[in-house]
Amino acid sequence: MKLNFSDKVLQVIIYFVLILLSFITFYPFWNSLVMSFNVGSDTSLGGVTFWPRAFTLENYQIVFKEKQIFTAYGVTIARTLIGTFVSMFFTSLFAYALSKKGIVFKKGYMIICIVTMYFSGGLIPYFILVYNLHLYNTFTFLIIHGMVNVYNMIIFRTFFAELPDGLEESARIDGCSNFGVFFKIVLPISGPVVATLGLFTAVGLWNDWFTPAVFISDQNLIPLQTLLVQIVNAGTTASLIQNLNTYAQSAVQNSVTVKALQMATMMVATLPILFIYPFLQKYFVKGALVGSLKE
Amino acid sequence: MKSDATSMLNDKGLAPMQKSKNNGVWARFFRQWDYQLMILPSIAFIIVFSYIPMWGVMISFKDYNLFTGFSASPWVGFTHFKMFFESPEFWTIMRNTLAISLLKLAFAFPAPIILALMLNEIRNMAFKRVVQTVTYIPHFISWVVVSGLVFSMLAADNGPVNDVLLQFNLIKEPINWLSIPEYFWGILVSVGVWKEIGFGSIVYLAAIAGIDPALYEAAAMDGANRIKQIFLITIPSITPVIIIFLILGIGNILNAGFEDILLMTKNLTNGIVMPYAEVIDTYVYQMGIMNQRFSYATAAGLFKSIISVTLLFIANGIARKLGKASLW
Repeated sequence: MKLNFSDKVLQVIIYFVLILLSFITFYPFWNSLVMSFNVGSDTSLGGVTFWPRAFTLENYQIVFKEKQIFTAYGVTIARTLIGTFVSMFFTSLFAYALSKKGIVFKKGYMIICIVTMYFSGGLIPYFILVYNLHLYNTFTFLIIHGMVNVYNMIIFRTFFAELPDGLEESARIDGCSNFGVFFKIVLPISGPVVATLGLFTAVGLWNDWFTPAVFISDQNLIPLQTLLVQIVNAGTTASLIQNLNTYAQSAVQNSVTVKALQMATMMVATLPILFIYPFLQKYFVKGALVGSLKE
Repeated sequence: MKSDATSMLNDKGLAPMQKSKNNGVWARFFRQWDYQLMILPSIAFIIVFSYIPMWGVMISFKDYNLFTGFSASPWVGFTHFKMFFESPEFWTIMRNTLAISLLKLAFAFPAPIILALMLNEIRNMAFKRVVQTVTYIPHFISWVVVSGLVFSMLAADNGPVNDVLLQFNLIKEPINWLSIPEYFWGILVSVGVWKEIGFGSIVYLAAIAGIDPALYEAAAMDGANRIKQIFLITIPSITPVIIIFLILGIGNILNAGFEDILLMTKNLTNGIVMPYAEVIDTYVYQMGIMNQRFSYATAAGLFKSIISVTLLFIANGIARKLGKASLW
């Protein structure tokens, strides 16, 4: 396609804006990563931008030695893995049954689901319910909070409804039960949908700091993101700095700063997401589209 | 619940194989017991965790206390609502809620559309992919980390934003951005745009991809340049999608934000920006969870839900009247 003068000007402006936008998006992550690998006392002199000036691993060493961070990491990993599995299990079974014709009360079930997309009781009645069910301060609650996601159910249901009936029929003739058909035939061919919704669910659980902040008071049950709130707000890092006495020689103490530890902890909480991001990217365009256009 | 559902199904006669006799429904229910077994745990979960709290908003008409329980708490009518409307913070909260969400609607809503339009003009596929990959990332990063990045970028000592502005002599001395209340709205909205612009553009890019290329060829033939083509073909073609998202945006107008505000004000323990940062949701959290004023906080939350749902219906009604896309 030939471009005339105004088109060329437009191209130049667009390239400029997009490069600027990409830089603004990328730089905060990169700068924080650099600072997490830089000696804290050196960082506070200023001017650390694209590359560590005084490279060190001590920030990470301290972060990984801190027992609380380790515990929190364990909670996050356990919650993400178990929570995603449980949510996918119940939501997909639910959606599969609702995709079948002639299910008794189907319309009633659907209405029950759709009403929750527009109305909710809000935070306080939910809090009271959780408290009265004795789920406050339990790991179980971290797993079952948001276990059945109506949006995901609808996406699953749409997908299952479009599967050809013939596949299931042949398995049924071979004597498979309905559960057998679901686990042996339907689930294996639903890989992309399960992966998409599963990855989004997992990222949501990994990043959730608010639910534990409200519903968990035991410090040993707090996941990393919630602990990170405390650290970014400088409350807990002060005690981290104090703990250095037990770990390290005085030379190290003087060089570590609260900010350097904040950066290292932030990176520890973010890097796993960035690692799975390439896998996510394959699926999330699909996820973003079904998620927003389901109506 | 169940008797409602039963009668509804009988009215509609949803029994393809059998005559809709009442015992016929139950006979079929038990014949398809395995499908029902797949459904019931989830339905029970939704009823317990979504419907009981919906009924639980009744505590806003009571003086609820965790230890006396629901039935033992006395009814107090609209006392808590009145207290909320007459509280000195009410107008500040309403102003902040509306201002922040209108600013978000004005900037965060069109930003992904503009990005999608710009990306669509890029012919270099590798460049396009890099920009997309980079701008999608913040969507997957938690607000906790994002707030940490914001604190670091806007820091008064050696914060990159201050450094750049000083470098270009735009400011004389570093500004402590996050402790100036008047700047809070701007910072909040900018960070919101930064986080979601890329991911939000996906939907619009998909809509643009569905436009018939022949339209552009015909326009080029008629001598329309790219800018004209954007305004005469691309934007009109994606208008239905834009309207759907606009309706959703209007329904969300009282959702000024929650996690972002909470986290970006959290380290400012002196509460210096709160006169500009307190919105209904943060107020509900503060009053309900922090101060344990359950009934009062629920009243404030219920007030918000009612207005939100009403706005959603009004916006949808208007869109429907105009004959464009609607949600239902």
